[in-house]
Amino acid sequence: MSKQQWPLFEIFVRAKSGLSHRHVGSLHAADEVMALDHARDLYTRRGEGVSIWVVRSSAITASDPFDADSLFDPAEDKIYRHPTFYEVPDGVENL
Amino acid sequence: MNDPQRFEYVVRLGDNALVLGQRLGEWIGNGPELEEEMAMGNFALDYIGQARLFLSYAAELEGAGRDEDQLAFLRDQIDFRNVLLLEQPNGDFGQTIARQFFFESYYVLFLEALTASSDKRLAEVAARGLKESAYHLRHATQWMVRLGDGTEESHQRIQQSVDELWRFTGEMFSGDEIDRWAVDNGVGPDPATLRPAWDTRVNEVLQTATLTRPDNDWMHTGGKQGRHTEHLGYLLTEMQFLQRAYPGAAW
Repeated sequence: MSKQQWPLFEIFVRAKSGLSHRHVGSLHAADEVMALDHARDLYTRRGEGVSIWVVRSSAITASDPFDADSLFDPAEDKIYRHPTFYEVPDGVENL
Repeated sequence: MNDPQRFEYVVRLGDNALVLGQRLGEWIGNGPELEEEMAMGNFALDYIGQARLFLSYAAELEGAGRDEDQLAFLRDQIDFRNVLLLEQPNGDFGQTIARQFFFESYYVLFLEALTASSDKRLAEVAARGLKESAYHLRHATQWMVRLGDGTEESHQRIQQSVDELWRFTGEMFSGDEIDRWAVDNGVGPDPATLRPAWDTRVNEVLQTATLTRPDNDWMHTGGKQGRHTEHLGYLLTEMQFLQRAYPGAAW
């Protein structure tokens, strides 16, 4: 029997209400509906989540590792982009 | 034992869960896909968990000093009370799905009724099992449709499994004096009353899956009374081997 591989899906699980979905891994499934079931069975067995997103891996466009220098290095010496130059007034609890 | 009918009733529930759990566990290491193998393992553990709750309760009712493990591993075939459908071999993946679909379609209805049981212990297990089985049924239903309405080969094979297992479906709805006792005492439903809803669901899914409902209505029974098919013995041999060979062995 010829063995055709099911397409790959990326799985995102929301741990609890209020948090965002986080990537937890990937799996194979014939379609989105099956991917949801498989994700439930593989990634939420120990109470990890309250919500699941599945997306075909082929639908994801990733940055090229060879572009890393131009994409990410320029941010390294821009310390003024970090909000560390403000003095926090006394009495402000949440900023 | 002051409550022999209750003991018998609970053992039947426990044995259904235990035997199906064991069967599903046989897929570990043999699944057609890693993901489906995990699913089968999860379902198996759901059932083993239920079996523990039922059988430990049964052991208490019996009051003979036996525990859940002794009931599971040291009883002989004739003392097992599961319905025949559940001891049928896994076959190919489709046959497991067909068995699962027929049983879960019944079991969600049964557990729903059992949540209203006058027996609080049983009602609690039912509430927990109902959530598990609702998912099992969803899984099995999807696969019935995928296989039935899939390729020519998958259609033909799942139809064959449906035809093969059909003769074991009637037992789930056949009551005896234990079921009458359960109805009289508000412990559990009359199984025959679950039939119409089961028929509706099964007909619907078979139709969606482009499968034909078998018209053979001659049904095997006897599992609930301890008369089993030849398959249970092999299952027990494997399941009970360790405790038989090394009595009292523990993790």
